[in-house]
Amino acid sequence: MYPVNLKYSEEHEWLLENNGIATIGITSFAVESLGDIVFIELPQIGAEITQFSTFGEVESVKAASEIYSPISGKIIEINEKLETEPELLNNSPFEDGWLIKVEISDNSEFGKLMTAKEYESFVNTGS
Amino acid sequence: MNNSNTRKLLMDRSVEGKVGATMPSIDVPLQTLPDKKFLRENLAMPQVSENEIVRYFSSISQMNFSIDHNFYPLGSCTMKYNPKLNDDIAGFPGFNEIHPLQNVDTIQGALEIMFDLQNILAEITGMSGTSLAPMAGAEAELAGMLMIRAYHINREDFKRKKVIIPDSAHGTNPASAVMAGFEVISIPTDNNGNTNLEALKNVVDDSIAGLMLTQPSTLGLFDTNILEVVNIINSSGGLIYGDGANLNAILGKVKPGEIGFDVVHSNLHKTFTQPHGGGGPGAGAVMVSDKLIDFLPDPIITKNKMDKFDLSKPQKSIGKMGAFHGNFGALVRAYAYIRTLGKEGINNISEDAVINANYLRIKLKDTLDLPYDRICSHEVVFSAKTIKEKYGVNALDIAKRLIDYDIHPPTMYFPLIVEEALLVEPTETESKETLDEFIEVVKTICEEAKTNPDLLHNAPHNTPNTRLNEALAARNPKLNWRNTIEESN
Amino acid sequence: MVNEYQSTYTPNTPKIRQEMLSDIGVDSYKNLFSDIPEKYRFPELNLPSPTSELDLKNELSKIANKNSIPGDYSSFLGAGAYRHFIPSVVKQITSRSEFMTSYTPYQPEVSQGTLQAHFEFQSMVCELTDMEVANAGMYDGATSSAEAVLMACRVSKKFKVEIVGDVSPFYTDVIKTLTQATGIEISYNNIETILKNNDDESPACYVVQQPNFLGEISDPDQLKLLSNKNDALLVVISEPMFLSMYQTPSYYDADIVVAEGQPFGVSLTYGGPYAGLFACKKDYIRQLPGRIVGETIDSKNKKGYVLTLQTREQHIKRERATSNICTSVGLIALMSTVYMALQGKKGLKHLSELCYHKSHYAAEKINNLPGFKVQTNNFFKEFTMSCPISVKELNEYLHENKIIGGYDVSNFINNGMLLAITEMNSKEEIDNLITILSQV
Repeated sequence: MYPVNLKYSEEHEWLLENNGIATIGITSFAVESLGDIVFIELPQIGAEITQFSTFGEVESVKAASEIYSPISGKIIEINEKLETEPELLNNSPFEDGWLIKVEISDNSEFGKLMTAKEYESFVNTGS
Repeated sequence: MNNSNTRKLLMDRSVEGKVGATMPSIDVPLQTLPDKKFLRENLAMPQVSENEIVRYFSSISQMNFSIDHNFYPLGSCTMKYNPKLNDDIAGFPGFNEIHPLQNVDTIQGALEIMFDLQNILAEITGMSGTSLAPMAGAEAELAGMLMIRAYHINREDFKRKKVIIPDSAHGTNPASAVMAGFEVISIPTDNNGNTNLEALKNVVDDSIAGLMLTQPSTLGLFDTNILEVVNIINSSGGLIYGDGANLNAILGKVKPGEIGFDVVHSNLHKTFTQPHGGGGPGAGAVMVSDKLIDFLPDPIITKNKMDKFDLSKPQKSIGKMGAFHGNFGALVRAYAYIRTLGKEGINNISEDAVINANYLRIKLKDTLDLPYDRICSHEVVFSAKTIKEKYGVNALDIAKRLIDYDIHPPTMYFPLIVEEALLVEPTETESKETLDEFIEVVKTICEEAKTNPDLLHNAPHNTPNTRLNEALAARNPKLNWRNTIEESN
Repeated sequence: MVNEYQSTYTPNTPKIRQEMLSDIGVDSYKNLFSDIPEKYRFPELNLPSPTSELDLKNELSKIANKNSIPGDYSSFLGAGAYRHFIPSVVKQITSRSEFMTSYTPYQPEVSQGTLQAHFEFQSMVCELTDMEVANAGMYDGATSSAEAVLMACRVSKKFKVEIVGDVSPFYTDVIKTLTQATGIEISYNNIETILKNNDDESPACYVVQQPNFLGEISDPDQLKLLSNKNDALLVVISEPMFLSMYQTPSYYDADIVVAEGQPFGVSLTYGGPYAGLFACKKDYIRQLPGRIVGETIDSKNKKGYVLTLQTREQHIKRERATSNICTSVGLIALMSTVYMALQGKKGLKHLSELCYHKSHYAAEKINNLPGFKVQTNNFFKEFTMSCPISVKELNEYLHENKIIGGYDVSNFINNGMLLAITEMNSKEEIDNLITILSQV
């Protein structure tokens, strides 16, 4: 149900690792509970973030939710398309709707993340 | 009338040369105007004739629901009848034309009304002092929280930086607490709709400035543990703020001050019939116990030994909430209302409000889910959870379908702790006939959910606009004439 | 048993109540209050008896007539609330029950009247201030200025605020009250000092009032220098009749413009309810407090209006809201909307110029009176004059002569009186004032 090549956090973020760079986004579960996304607030390139601390906010018509980083590191890229097309998050949360790319600083942090299967059962048991 | 012409904005109706108001004569010699660099070059405002303006605003007004036309069972809002007498009295030139900065000797009548109202509100809530300065309930909440903050600072107790707020609270509670510099600690409501005492005891310590509590709660329930709650907070040295939005339920039935509340506010546009005006103006009186009297907002009305009234600033006042003295126009209306009803009438309000809500509770408990099956107060919270599970129709759909029956939707999705919540407050000014009609309509709609759910999903059908695209409005904000949407037909 | 009183506002009779109580399953309404602790249940309410409409009107009209009423008295009092003519249409439209007794437009399908009118209001405020976005109104000009300060601090992430020049003490009082728990530091300065000083760290914002509290109009080029000096936001407190005639705050690159909307269509009503105007640059849209109405389309592609950007507000963001505001000023904003529609482009120009002519006519005559001197150089409809006796004494004397004098600003200028002249002051009234003053 959730892409198996990704890692997941309890705050409903996903992470794709590739050569020390993590692409980060929020899961379809999070997007569905928010509804139509209208605005995403992202930090600047170069900002340092730490695992499980907030780095931005996602707004829908009826709710606003903080986004927590699944990993620590330095932000090297942000998805500029989201500024004019926030609906990318609704339509393609795991691909075109990616939020930021981060240079990973501590690989051991992966231990605190879940696999797709673990995330699925986490979601099903009522988070 | 909802033809496309009604939707044409003023700037689109504007024609060079049309005049909407007469021009007063220039009866003084003309003076030299300032240098051009001080003046604006152009002012783009509409040019429309008077009768076109009257027709325009009259037409668009008819796209509104209003209490004078429709039943508004809006929980938490107390949408009761607005007596017309109050508008007449507020319109007396002696109240309507006076300037806020006139010497107090020249407006003793205004101060007399305010002084009397201060006393009446203190009497009703069992408190010692009142300020009428806040211009809405939320401003009164802020005043209350700033007073609690000032109280502790004055005692040189600087640790008290947190405020406890139940998860059922209205959003203005945490928002006001934060504006008053506090950190919010949220505590859960238990399955009976009462404050969870264990959770409360766990968070109470000497860093707690106080508790913000609505009674009856936003679930329409009076906390059966209220004395214990008050005791827990008092023992820790904290103060108790009472959100008086639901005062309609307890007028003459209990006085918050007697139970132990230290500060209470009242929404004069809810309980005391200041008309809602499409979103204001309101007025938020704040009443306090002896502990907080010196901190009241500026001004309060005082009377001296010679029976002369004055505007006074309490010794340790938290300051002015607005440029002048509060929303006097709303205060006059509230005063006229209370004087019309008197003791008997005020008592009668809560009786009929509570009877009406319980009547709806009994009659609809088998149609919608009733999360708290106990005697309710002036409002009752239902849930559309089962209907959603069975037929895929949710609270929003039911609410929007009510519109097709000319009934304003109840409050939906609030309080947050009830899934698919529909919070219904009939108020005392609705007749049994209206309630019976409402009951029939709700039952019909729940039948429609079973047999024809799309009718609900696409509701409302008969209004000038069908469901509006709120995501588009937020993604691509168009907020004035300068940028408007191109309509595609 | 139920209360025997029968109000005109509660339709259920004792008999109907009994039927309902029996349906509910209780004997008496008293059973429905059993959750209240017994000790505190059914307290005594010490209130007067009910009063009939006729009796109440008699009683309250006597009380109202204890007040000295502008109209019976000629009035030259301003200082933030002004007596302007209100065309009859304003009251007629805003008394319509569809506008007056409707609720906040959270259900847009049944509130298009309110929402469309708010959209017009927002648009007009943008034209008046020449700013990019405006909200649907705030409690009053003073709380608007406090919210502007809070917003400037949020946007800049700084906590120092500088109040520049003679800003209304009522406004600074409210700014202090609303920011007292936020860690915001307020200091006072004047524009000459700021412009000379080059090494200070820029504050979150500068707050100026144009015209200032004493009526003085600052040179717009000076204000432009202030705005461009550094990255501090410029908050301008202005006045709607002034804005109808004078150079707009956009000329000096204001970031936020606030004003008291009362002069446009709102009776004085002893200080409230009024409506604060709030406009700003579109970059700050997500930090705007208060309600905002936006345009959109419905499921049939027809244009309509909704409350938008609601995630800024308390009912969604709760403790992280931009402001705690819930009920605002709907009907009062409508009064200003109808007023501006009626006056239109030409009316506002005529009225503002008329105020200018009258105030300058009065000022010239005052300057010819021994003992009196106009202290304001560039003014619009309000100026400060120094008087030969205390303002308190002078106002008592004026009152005896059926004149309500101006506001006492002696703590700014010795024996200073702030005088406001509008289209409501006829030449006769002004000449009469001069005659009475000459007798001092």
